[in-house]
Amino acid sequence: MRFIDPHIHMSARTTDDYERMAAAGIVAVIEPAFWLGQPRTNVGSYIDYLSNLVGWERFRAAQFGIRHYCTIGLNSKEANNEALSEAVLEILPRYLLKEGVVAVGEIGYDDQTPAEDRAYRAQLKMAKDLEMLVQIHTPHRDKKSGTIRSMDVAVEMGVAPHHVIVDHNNEETVREVLDRGFWAAFTLYPQTKMGNERMVDVARKYGSERIFIDSSADWGVSDPLAVPKTARLMLERGISRADVEAICYRNALLAFGQSGQMKEEHWLSPQPIDQRVLFEGNSVLRGQQPRVNELPQIPEHSEQIVIK
Amino acid sequence: MTPLQVLESWLRARLPAPAFAWLQEQAAILSVHSGDARLYMAVSLVARKIGKDDLNATPEERSAADQVRRGWDPTDWSLDQAARIHLLLAGGGDGARFSHRLDQLCATADIGELVAFYRGLPLYPDPPRHAERAAEGVRSNMRAVFQAVAHRNPYPSEQLPEGAWNQMVLKALFVGVRLDPIVGLDTRANPALARMLTDYAHERWAASRTISPELWRCVGPFATGGMLDDLKRVLTTGTDNERAAAALALTSANNPDAVALLKAHPVLVKSIAEGTLTWRSLAQAI
Repeated sequence: MRFIDPHIHMSARTTDDYERMAAAGIVAVIEPAFWLGQPRTNVGSYIDYLSNLVGWERFRAAQFGIRHYCTIGLNSKEANNEALSEAVLEILPRYLLKEGVVAVGEIGYDDQTPAEDRAYRAQLKMAKDLEMLVQIHTPHRDKKSGTIRSMDVAVEMGVAPHHVIVDHNNEETVREVLDRGFWAAFTLYPQTKMGNERMVDVARKYGSERIFIDSSADWGVSDPLAVPKTARLMLERGISRADVEAICYRNALLAFGQSGQMKEEHWLSPQPIDQRVLFEGNSVLRGQQPRVNELPQIPEHSEQIVIK
Repeated sequence: MTPLQVLESWLRARLPAPAFAWLQEQAAILSVHSGDARLYMAVSLVARKIGKDDLNATPEERSAADQVRRGWDPTDWSLDQAARIHLLLAGGGDGARFSHRLDQLCATADIGELVAFYRGLPLYPDPPRHAERAAEGVRSNMRAVFQAVAHRNPYPSEQLPEGAWNQMVLKALFVGVRLDPIVGLDTRANPALARMLTDYAHERWAASRTISPELWRCVGPFATGGMLDDLKRVLTTGTDNERAAAALALTSANNPDAVALLKAHPVLVKSIAEGTLTWRSLAQAI
């Protein structure tokens, strides 16, 4: 089975991760723009970060046979530095139309401050004007009302629900997200957010329509193999293969594929011109042979580690 | 014809009418408006509006390009690259302004855009001004970006100072890309580069790693003393391609000791004399 991890911060990960992900069947990833664990102090470091997402990281992923896409936006935490926020909102349009940018994201609320609200609305307007999708980060604290507010404001700003991916859902938020016609993504996280046992129950209860999962792996304790591991667990617990495929691959493609920037043919039958730009080179391999088609097998046991 | 007109004629012949109309409209706006933001947006939109098919320039078009701008070689170009360079040129501006815009564009470029901007180097106004930009492209870790400067591009041989030029040739070997498509490879060969390349060969030998036969191309013309010993070693113990490369290098050495070394290898000498063994044929064989 092929997998897509539609939310993973690869620039915080190692080449070992890329190798294991490719070996486990992950063919494409989406890296949302977010913060670095500490706030940036100026727009310059934001420019370098966003350039990294559309440039080097995209190239780096391709070295391992993984297609890399990204979402571009000002995250809610850094939206609270108003001078930074203003400067970043000004340069964002220069990135939104780059190749492989599948949505404006991850945007939304953290503390739900007025500054976060202003930045969120400004970016929803960009998405509307440029006919782009939106990827929403729902807050960790006061989650349910923050999620509802995120959807209300998106609709108020004129963005259609089927163009919006609401991420980091849980059992408390999923019903309303689906009922209102939004896409519902779940983050499998070792310690917070969803555990993968809980995800099996969600799949049993809600089926597979407009639902998909991601790892949100970053610089914290997190697991870049969360999607394939959860797929395995779902199969073991009797979820149908079709549902597992939808939740771990197809639905993310359907949702983000609406951008026109992400197509199955990119990894099933890459164009020669793409291969020239992306599927070439060995600069991260430091003298080893590129392993585009030939990846090492991950150890037997690591597939079987179930996230508690 | 100007490069701008040549690019326009290529695109007119290939694009569907709506895509070409969009491009012309953008070019017209850019030629009268001075706002940079408009240029940045138009250049980014090219991939979506024009697509990324190969340009597939005909032999006639390639020779026309070379006449308009000596050394301009659009082999391997794609439509989005031609269109992006077209828009950049349509935006006009003197050297300082052009260079400022190019810096801004490169600062926020994706990979496809970087390849286009670097391929366009020989067509930009005030050529000496872009040498540091070219050197920056050579420093890129993204191989396609490096190749956009190094391969089939006359700009580096015309404008890069010796240090940057030598880094480019050495890096090509280091990242495993061919030397043969580098324009001006033989005319810009120099003793410092020959020394760097033989040092690199010794490093590789010490680590029991292979060496591209093309390395010896820039060593040959300056080979004396220890370098001749190296070439002798390659000529007697190398693979077929390495032996061919050593023979080609010794032929270019123009040195009696080199001629003496070649005496024992009449078959190679004959192939070189008849033109069946050249650096190009060797590059294609490896």
